[in-house]
Amino acid sequence: MTCAVPGSGPAREAAAVLSGAGRPAIRRPPGIAKSPTGVSGLDELTGGGLPAGRATLVCGGPGCGKTLLGATFLVKGATEHGEPGVFASFEERRDDLVENVASLGYDLEDLIARRLLVIDHVRIERSEIEETGEYDLEGLFIRLGFAIDTIGAKRVVLDTVETLFAGLGNATILRAELRRLFGWLKDKGVTTIITGERGEGQLTRHGLEEYVSDCVILLDHRVADQVSTRRLRVVKYRGSAHGTNEYPFLIDEAGISVMPLTSAGLDYAASGERISTGIPELDEMMGGLGYFRGSTILVSGMAGSGKSATAAHFANAACGRGERCLYFAFEESPAQIVRNMRSIGLDLRGWVDRGFLRFAANRPSLQGLEMHLARMLRDVEVIEPRAVVVDPISSLMTAGLGSDVHAMLLRLIDHLKGRAVTALFTNLTHGNVEQARTDVEVSSLIDTWLLLMNRESDGEYNRQLYILKSRGMPHSNQLREFLLTEEGIRLRPVHVGSGGVLTGSARLAQEAKEEAALLLRRREVERRERELARKRRQVEARVEALRAEMETQEEELHQLLAEAAARERQFEREREMMARSRHAAVPGAGENDG
Amino acid sequence: MGEADDLAPDAVRGGLRTYRLRLYVAGQTRRSLAAIANLDRICKEHLADRYTVELIDLLEKPQLAAGDQILAIPTLIRALPEPARRIIGDLSNTERVLVGLDLSPAGNGP
Repeated sequence: MTCAVPGSGPAREAAAVLSGAGRPAIRRPPGIAKSPTGVSGLDELTGGGLPAGRATLVCGGPGCGKTLLGATFLVKGATEHGEPGVFASFEERRDDLVENVASLGYDLEDLIARRLLVIDHVRIERSEIEETGEYDLEGLFIRLGFAIDTIGAKRVVLDTVETLFAGLGNATILRAELRRLFGWLKDKGVTTIITGERGEGQLTRHGLEEYVSDCVILLDHRVADQVSTRRLRVVKYRGSAHGTNEYPFLIDEAGISVMPLTSAGLDYAASGERISTGIPELDEMMGGLGYFRGSTILVSGMAGSGKSATAAHFANAACGRGERCLYFAFEESPAQIVRNMRSIGLDLRGWVDRGFLRFAANRPSLQGLEMHLARMLRDVEVIEPRAVVVDPISSLMTAGLGSDVHAMLLRLIDHLKGRAVTALFTNLTHGNVEQARTDVEVSSLIDTWLLLMNRESDGEYNRQLYILKSRGMPHSNQLREFLLTEEGIRLRPVHVGSGGVLTGSARLAQEAKEEAALLLRRREVERRERELARKRRQVEARVEALRAEMETQEEELHQLLAEAAARERQFEREREMMARSRHAAVPGAGENDG
Repeated sequence: MGEADDLAPDAVRGGLRTYRLRLYVAGQTRRSLAAIANLDRICKEHLADRYTVELIDLLEKPQLAAGDQILAIPTLIRALPEPARRIIGDLSNTERVLVGLDLSPAGNGP
């Protein structure tokens, strides 16, 4: 997506700026010189900063961060870009301003002492002023001019110039003078930020946008359900492409940062690399390989179903591979998580100590959703983890409305996928998880979805795990019993019988019963086998007996025959002997007579 | 201000006190000249010898603008008597100038 063609059109320029991958290079479109604000994210958004030598209107409601943005612009200009600045404060007193900005870690007194900054508190009090005829604001011009010339300022902040409308009665004069002022600042060649109060139906209460036409930035500080969210939008930027969305921004001890949360689209590369889930049996259920790198995993289940333990195994496995893992803990403190996981044999403390595991813990209700997202993305940018755990995303529900949470997760997932970061979210569900829906309807964003269940049967609760889906890989469709042991999570095949799925003691009882039945069956078979053998032996014996009888009869018959033959021969001999004794016996005659 | 107790006596003694005034202008513009002329006239009419006027041209001394919180030109500052008051414009509306200086025309008139 990054465009390499020099001098490309604004659309491609925008595309380059908006492509979420990495930090887009700051580009300077031909024609407009830009003055970097030093506010991280804003310079990317505007393609390099505010229009140099011109005025930018920063408008927004009270407390939206206008003053701090202006102050940051001057401080960064002075410290990083060698451009001294003048802060004309129409509202805050000098000391208050110094104090407030100190909360961002900026030392204005030091800059003042080094002649890099002038703060001029322009105080105007209507009740003290009597208007007695025509006037102009030449005094303000002179003060600004003097301050600018004293330190050679290149940057000016007017905060909030609209206060003049409250202090001076003649709006006609004021408008003419403001027009002249902005022209004069331009002639001076200083880059200016003019802040303005947000008005009804228009950007600023007094229509300052009419005079400042080069760049308008809108800051917003919305409070929904008692939670505030800061957003920034570049409404207009003459002669330059810019991101047009609303972007959340942070104000904290690290200064202001804007998160150019652009949807990276769907052009991220899909990795074929597989990484262990940290649970050997779960790896097995996924073809022995585990999750895809860069994929998004959702672990949902009711309270106490083992979501955090699953997350911890994932983190443990990532650290074990020598990868950095960032663990966003929204409900438990890191110490608590480390302690709890030690009880199931995971030493997370060791990974923390060695810098592989980083915890980022805070209560979701403390900040708005956008703030959360912005903070999370910043942490991801800074820490550059390969694996991220968000435990649980359901607690973000308390920080925003359903559609917002969905949008936020989409952005987060896009962001993480764009960086090939494998992300595991846990989600606390209420009621029946088998209906396969989560409060946050994120199913379509999820690559691998593990369901953890806690089922009651026979007076005990037993945990079960099931891979609801896992894109792009063959995976087991079996329900497994999920055991938390001292050696971590173990998954056991569950007993599925006529009585339904059995786990825990019921499974053990059923298994014992089955074993007994098996034994019984085996014995029966053995008994039958023995009986058959006996029968066979009986039959064989009878066959033997019959054969013996037969042989006896045969023998008797042979004996009879032999005796008969012997008697015949005996008779023959006797006849011969008789014939011989009678002499002249003719055998034939003798035979006939006999 | 929190000096309500002092205000009443000030108003009573107003006519007797010395006025220290500073008039800020920027160059010899038409408005500046008008303001100078108007102030001169009013002071002579209403303050007789009880006043001093310091004329400051910010084009010559721009560093003085911030100290007296000057925005509008011309600006007339009543430094004394306290509390300080500021009157902006070319001072052509005499009545409002007198109000601004706490010189009630009724109380001071003939």
